[in-house]
Amino acid sequence: MRLDTTDRQLINLFQRELPVCERPYEAMSRQLGIAEEEVIERLQLLQDSHVLSRVGPVFEHSRAGASLLAAVAAPDEQLDIVAARVNRAPGVNHNYAREHTYNLWFVMTAPDEDTLEERLDELEHQLRLPMLRLPMVEAHHIDLGFDIDWEALP
Amino acid sequence: MTASPSPEYLTVVPEVAGVGPVSAWGLLRLRQQLERGLPLTPRPYQALAELTGLSEQEVMAAIRQWQDQGLIKRFGLVVRHRTLGYTANAMVVWDIPDDQVQNLGRTLARAPFVTLCYQRPRRLPDWPYNLFCMIHGVDRQRVLSQLATLIADQGLEQTPHAVLFSTKAYRQRGGCYVSHD
Repeated sequence: MRLDTTDRQLINLFQRELPVCERPYEAMSRQLGIAEEEVIERLQLLQDSHVLSRVGPVFEHSRAGASLLAAVAAPDEQLDIVAARVNRAPGVNHNYAREHTYNLWFVMTAPDEDTLEERLDELEHQLRLPMLRLPMVEAHHIDLGFDIDWEALP
Repeated sequence: MTASPSPEYLTVVPEVAGVGPVSAWGLLRLRQQLERGLPLTPRPYQALAELTGLSEQEVMAAIRQWQDQGLIKRFGLVVRHRTLGYTANAMVVWDIPDDQVQNLGRTLARAPFVTLCYQRPRRLPDWPYNLFCMIHGVDRQRVLSQLATLIADQGLEQTPHAVLFSTKAYRQRGGCYVSHD
């Protein structure tokens, strides 16, 4: 999806830090040189078109609760069905098909470790597929707020 | 739906710097609301205050405190890279000797195109890999050439690794730790 210059600026400037003040969109509008109303409209449009998943916080996984990366090897012809079952389980926030024997990768979150284990056990039982459970040992770098390379985009 | 709060939420009245003690239930509700994102209205913190029973000042102070404490690690526009055209996303996994994994992890994390880098346990015999890094790219060739650069720069030619390009996103959204789906 192609974005205009103002949308790009909006994303470049505010991926990392939103103003915390009574009128944050007004503060943003002053930096962009447009009206507050237009900032809100643009954010709404970007959200509706799924360019933005939300306007708000990214919580630190290790401090916000429990989370774990898991994978299963689904028979290829059943991949969509297995993925749909995974999506129905509580706490799944990422779920991707990948090119590997372990072809379905998802992240499950929960308020605490015990709940997480219960959810994973239940899902593994439902899927009848052995599940690779890969908790985080150490994060060296997690930053999905990287600078967008607009020129390289299609 | 509301998640059942842990017992400490019933007894602990948290101190939020700048505004004093704040309702623990209010803070829990604020976290639930924030996981869904900031309302797109002129006074979003006031809107969150109305939804959580806190005051606008308390909402802003709590967010600032969570930023300072590192519970919120980024507070901004959360982009879906795939929609923008980042469709060649590779998870590169490596089997690194245990005594080198931490150092190499730090090194790989510094490469400009590596967007995530972390250690996870091996699960032998199926899964020998203990270091993961993610490369978000616009096309596969470019990602593979970035990876080749990384391998050459770090002398990883002999290091077992696998490249797992994603082929389909079934779900991509923020974590719901305290709120239910």
